[in-house]
Amino acid sequence: MSSHGHRTIRMFNVLHISCLEDVHTSVSWAAERPLLSVHIFTPEIRNVAGRKYLSLWREITGSTLVTMSKRRSLTEAQCVSLAQKLLRERLCHQKLPDRPLALDSQYKHLLELLRRTAVHGESNSVLIVGPRGSGKTMLLGCVLRELMSLKEAQKNVLLVELNGLLQTDDKIALKEITRQLHLENVVGDKVFGSFAENLAFLLEALKKGDKSSSRPVVFVLDEFDLFAHHKNQTLLYNLLDVSQSAQTPVAVLGLTCRLDVLELLEKRVKSRFSHRQIHLFSSLSFAQYVDAVRSQLSLPPDFPDPKFSDAWNHSVTKLCEEKSVEEILRRHFNSSKDFRSLHSLLFLSVSRVSVSHSTLHEADLLEASRLISADSKAIILHGLSILELCLIIAMKHLNDTYDGEPFNFQMVHNEFKKFIQRKSHSIHKFEKPVVMKAFEHLLQLELVRPVDSGVCKVQREYQLMRLMLEHGQVMEALQRYPQCPTDVKQWALSAFA
Amino acid sequence: MSHQKSFQYADLLSVLERVVDIMSAPDQYSYPSVFIYGHRATGKSHVVLSIMKDLELPHASVDCVECVSSGLLFHQVLSAFFGPDAAALLPRCPSLSDFVRLYKQMSSNSPATQTRYIILDRAERMRDMDFSLLPALLRLQELVNDNVTVILLSEIVWEKFRPNTGCFEPLLFHFPDYSKGKSLVQILSWDHHPSYTPELYASYINILLGVFFSVCRDLRELRHLAVLNFSKFCEPLEKGEAKESDIHKLWKNIEPHLQRAMQTVYLREVSSVQWEQQQMDEKEATTLRVLSAHAHIELPYYSKFLLIAAYLASFNPARTDRRFFLKSHGKIRKTNFLKKHEKTSNHLLGPKPFPLDRLMAIFYSVVDSRVAPTASIFSQISSLVTLQLLSQVGHDDQLDSPKYKCSVSLDFILAISRCVCVCVRLLDLLALSLVIQSQVVRQERSLFTAVSNLHLL
Repeated sequence: MSSHGHRTIRMFNVLHISCLEDVHTSVSWAAERPLLSVHIFTPEIRNVAGRKYLSLWREITGSTLVTMSKRRSLTEAQCVSLAQKLLRERLCHQKLPDRPLALDSQYKHLLELLRRTAVHGESNSVLIVGPRGSGKTMLLGCVLRELMSLKEAQKNVLLVELNGLLQTDDKIALKEITRQLHLENVVGDKVFGSFAENLAFLLEALKKGDKSSSRPVVFVLDEFDLFAHHKNQTLLYNLLDVSQSAQTPVAVLGLTCRLDVLELLEKRVKSRFSHRQIHLFSSLSFAQYVDAVRSQLSLPPDFPDPKFSDAWNHSVTKLCEEKSVEEILRRHFNSSKDFRSLHSLLFLSVSRVSVSHSTLHEADLLEASRLISADSKAIILHGLSILELCLIIAMKHLNDTYDGEPFNFQMVHNEFKKFIQRKSHSIHKFEKPVVMKAFEHLLQLELVRPVDSGVCKVQREYQLMRLMLEHGQVMEALQRYPQCPTDVKQWALSAFA
Repeated sequence: MSHQKSFQYADLLSVLERVVDIMSAPDQYSYPSVFIYGHRATGKSHVVLSIMKDLELPHASVDCVECVSSGLLFHQVLSAFFGPDAAALLPRCPSLSDFVRLYKQMSSNSPATQTRYIILDRAERMRDMDFSLLPALLRLQELVNDNVTVILLSEIVWEKFRPNTGCFEPLLFHFPDYSKGKSLVQILSWDHHPSYTPELYASYINILLGVFFSVCRDLRELRHLAVLNFSKFCEPLEKGEAKESDIHKLWKNIEPHLQRAMQTVYLREVSSVQWEQQQMDEKEATTLRVLSAHAHIELPYYSKFLLIAAYLASFNPARTDRRFFLKSHGKIRKTNFLKKHEKTSNHLLGPKPFPLDRLMAIFYSVVDSRVAPTASIFSQISSLVTLQLLSQVGHDDQLDSPKYKCSVSLDFILAISRCVCVCVRLLDLLALSLVIQSQVVRQERSLFTAVSNLHLL
């Protein structure tokens, strides 16, 4: 049984092999039984390696009939599940695309740089800068994949991957480097020596070039800006120092989302950096964006059931031409062009696909878009009690009257009492501690925040607060509030309470 | 869902369908992180854990309130997925790097055949832990290279979680709150007492919601109140005074009781045990011994005057002292002394600090007999500070002119002055201070009640 979800079915002395790995395991099984027939369905059959196995099978089984089937007789359910699997892998960023979209020049630049380090022994340092979700890690992954396919690079290059979120300290980072480089002072899992000793040893080993002289090392520093917050930036200083001193070919690649990352570096670190930056700003037009959506949702040409994949791709193309879908995509394109938010939208729609619902409809996309662009604060306001809503309206009035200056609980209570005495019919008077409890619930939901958090020298009723909601959000929430009494609505709409 | 208490209503079902869709293919990849938010007691943890149990998915459920340090979180996750001996491999104070390294090691030995879920309840506490913990957990799938999804459950919206430089955005789902008519009554009616009909209980719930629904919508609080007060509701039925269909009579019986509950049990001024006991000894009609201070604090004689003087010092501006407290003052020029913000009075802004000398001056003019400035008077001021009825403002080592502030409310002062044999002049002083303060904010009604309260003594 393979772990890919395909099943090798052994029934009635007929062997259906659906995955190439199973061929090996099935040989022993097949050798014990007289087989009636062997059908091999794997898609890899079409390539050279597959044909080799086919001839092997023919040898083993001798006179039994071995056929190679190009057409898969998968059921509809299996097709749908396979399609879901492929699409989910793609949308959860588990599978690198063959070539990153619209990043050709950056790809070439980076590949050239790394090739120079790996093959020609040149030390380099480069920063890849781009907003969140613009494809920095993906670009790096594709470049490294291509680099490792080069024969010279494959044998020599050592890769060290550090992440600013995980290695929050220089000491931890140093341990991780020695671990990934498998240096001698690593015994089992423990790393001995103090920080200074480790650093000296590491530099020595890199300078001498370790066992085989001068193997190029590629350091990948994810979340580079977080490394700049370490004490004295020792790690960055030492790495960039080594990359400048030309003892071992070292490439230091930083990935960061901050455009001002160079301001964070100390002067001595900045001077050792080569100031080479690769910027990833998406330059897609809307037509290219829709094209990208279509290609993200389409099944690859080597899908086992071509009829299903053709039908699916056709439905996807038709979907992308619909007016409503185009509107949804345009709204997303206008708010952010990066692929990560697009993938979350597509993931929500693709997860609706099942056996009973086997193609993507525009309703799925519409609903996914509605889920993504919902205003969470307005939704939370929907579940508040009437008293809490009245307090929010009182705070809104205070904001309007005093132009956004902070208020305290006494003032809010005062406004509320004025409303109760003059205008309200449906809401009766509540005691002050009950109103205080409602106010504290709003504090816990963080809809109201104290101005100077932590200083509690002042009594609770007099502590200054701010409302974390906009005028528009409050009015919108009132519209949707279930069974809102009319006098409360009138009070909210009145300009001067 | 096969759980006994699942019920049908449209909003929650549609959200549930979305959530189950995400988890429906366990051997495939799921989105790296999901964030579920909603009000208290809307069923977030319950539903997610039920789905995990029903679909038999490997999961680790962690409550972030328990995790004072991130090491506890790592330990719980590793022991849930890989067994306790894997968790024992964690070093003493594990960092996130140790956790990820160990996870990668363990998962390469036993790769995930089904998606593993890490459920973090009350995730708002994670913002106070290490700054890199939340962003790292949101992208755990790519960091450990395994099929794992992190589900965050919280009451607070996602915008308040987002770190400064951004992070991997999870999928957001909202669990809707209960509507009064259909769902809330239905849920609360599940606890009905076996010896009474469900219709009676449903009408009781309706009465209870009529009193409490406009104040509180938390299911747990409402259930607690329903359970506490049901025996009182059924009293007329037990005594034979009313039948089950006399809803009006039952309502008249229970409604004042519920109002009293709102002021005591709901605010946790009184414990549930005390409440139930009080219901049983109804004949004695004792007043409940509430937690908050006003009803029963006992102060020495001069301390009461000191406190009243402190209140007057805090809430009257210093320039009015001459007018109130001197026997003969000259002509008062009509300055518009409310120079600053006209619309807010001192009662809204809070008490102002005053120096010790001013307190003593007002004290001497307020107290009725001649008092010598002995150490016992001054030590009473220190004990008022210890009782937190006064608070000291400014540095501790400022010995020559300490400043204080009054931290009690007007109701407390009125309650105290009721106990003291107060002469008319004091009444006038308090009344005048209220008049000055409320000139702009017309609090006539409260002023009149305050003055009438004083005059009733």
